[in-house]
Amino acid sequence: MKRVHFGHSPIPYVFVLPQMLIIGVFFLWPSFEAFRLSFFLEDPWGLSNQFVWFDNYWDVISDENYRAVFFSTVIFSAVVALLSIILALLFAVKVDGLLRLSSTYRPFLTWSYAIAPAVAGLIARFLYSPQIGPLYDFLNQFSTDTWFEPRLDAMDAWLVLASGSIWKQISVNFVFLVAGLQAIPRNVLEASLLDNPNGFRRFWSITLPLLAPTLFFLLVINISYAVFETFGVIDTVYPFGPPSGAQTLVYKVYVDGFKGADLGGSSAQSVILMVIVLLLTVVQFRYIEKRVHYT
Amino acid sequence: MNRLHRYQLADHAILILGILFLVTPLWVVFASSTYPAEYLIRHGLQVIPGDQLVETYWSVLTEKKGFTEQITAARMLLNSMILGVGFAIGKIAISMTAAYAIVYFRFPLGTFLFWVIFSTLLLPLEVRIIPSYKVVADLGLLNSYTGLIVPLIASATGTFFFRQFFRSVPEEVLEAAKLDGAGPIKFFIDILMPLSKTMMAALFIIMFVVGWNQYLWPLLMTTNDDYVTIVYGIKQVMQNLDESRIPEYNRGFALAVLALLPPIGIVLIFQKMFIKGLLESDK
Repeated sequence: MKRVHFGHSPIPYVFVLPQMLIIGVFFLWPSFEAFRLSFFLEDPWGLSNQFVWFDNYWDVISDENYRAVFFSTVIFSAVVALLSIILALLFAVKVDGLLRLSSTYRPFLTWSYAIAPAVAGLIARFLYSPQIGPLYDFLNQFSTDTWFEPRLDAMDAWLVLASGSIWKQISVNFVFLVAGLQAIPRNVLEASLLDNPNGFRRFWSITLPLLAPTLFFLLVINISYAVFETFGVIDTVYPFGPPSGAQTLVYKVYVDGFKGADLGGSSAQSVILMVIVLLLTVVQFRYIEKRVHYT
Repeated sequence: MNRLHRYQLADHAILILGILFLVTPLWVVFASSTYPAEYLIRHGLQVIPGDQLVETYWSVLTEKKGFTEQITAARMLLNSMILGVGFAIGKIAISMTAAYAIVYFRFPLGTFLFWVIFSTLLLPLEVRIIPSYKVVADLGLLNSYTGLIVPLIASATGTFFFRQFFRSVPEEVLEAAKLDGAGPIKFFIDILMPLSKTMMAALFIIMFVVGWNQYLWPLLMTTNDDYVTIVYGIKQVMQNLDESRIPEYNRGFALAVLALLPPIGIVLIFQKMFIKGLLESDK
């Protein structure tokens, strides 16, 4: 809010109107529908609608398959988020440490932001393809039987999906971490150089704590990427569906709602996902408030 | 000094390995796209480019055959361009005006509307895809550019971006404009918009890439091949490759390369602005 304002007029309403209309029609209405549908049971022909209270939620939560998908989504997201942050941190620290040439490296580590998850999926698929993939041959050369079989085995499928997802995500983290490192005052680093000649300990005790706000922010961003945007990776690596056990929550919402036509169950899953995002956002904003406090 | 030198060498080695990790997969896909399909089936993926570059890309861009029976890659590129540009411009337009109203006016519903806009950050499109699909279908917007673009715009990232920027504009700018007798609309068009040029450009680059790379929404929205974007086209490629006897890997790879070139080009050419936009839009 500014101290100086324009006086009363209908103009602000006219200016927010387009956004409010779009939000109303394409955000509030569908969100409300998801919520409403999650309490109904629609018969497969769409003829009748029955209010079933929390039955859909109960079905979802008591479904062993759903709990398995939930669990693997958590593990997958943690692995993708952590590995892509750690790799990006390694590159960002090295680039930041170089006095000259650091700007030469930067574009080569930044461009991959532009890769769509779906394209990352295509590339991962073929690098691990049994027909033509070099990584498939490489992983299978150590044993006589084919122990790496991403078309059938869920663990192997996760490996393909995670490496594609991480590959695409490193550059986003790299950009934020380089900016975060540059924001650390040089005199702090110089002082610590005098105190502590050991590079790794200096990084551990000085740089990392100062980078904590950026890292925390990236953790939230990366988890949300791994949960929501990796749909494109899964659906292109497995256009006819992944091996059982290798799907995420978002993929399941899509499959149950569109392929399975289970609107109530799928909506209940949507609402559960909404709650998860809500929690993530609350955590993120509490941290942002803290950051504002510090500076 | 010698030790320092060795450290630096190790740093360079790590960075070069990192770059190879990022670049190699894409390079292999590009190099392989320049071979005939039969060659790839017999010899696997290739690292050194072959001699079919022009043939493969020309056929993908202009012919409706194989996996793309109804549409050429040129048309898919056009659809993606419309999606990317329309999404970016739409987002900038509605979020800039909304942010202007919220920052520069004090009006009764202001705070409430701000929180409504804020709430869109909580629920990404992915968690409400099925009801969103129903709404768009009820409105008769399936298979249209409007249905493709507008629902994606319904989020607050851009509004926050401009709100942040407008708040950083010095108060004196508005005071001076008021002294000169500028009204709200004149102030917005003649003063605030020119001041925001860099911010608009930065947001445009980010949003173009985000729009271009959309996958799930176009997948649901498009049943008519005329509206297939190139990123969604990838899925059809995959399905066809799985089903055909002599999979045309080269054409699939060419499509992937074509899908990547425009966003990568924009990110690299406008690198500074891209980084600015990314850091300040926080996504």
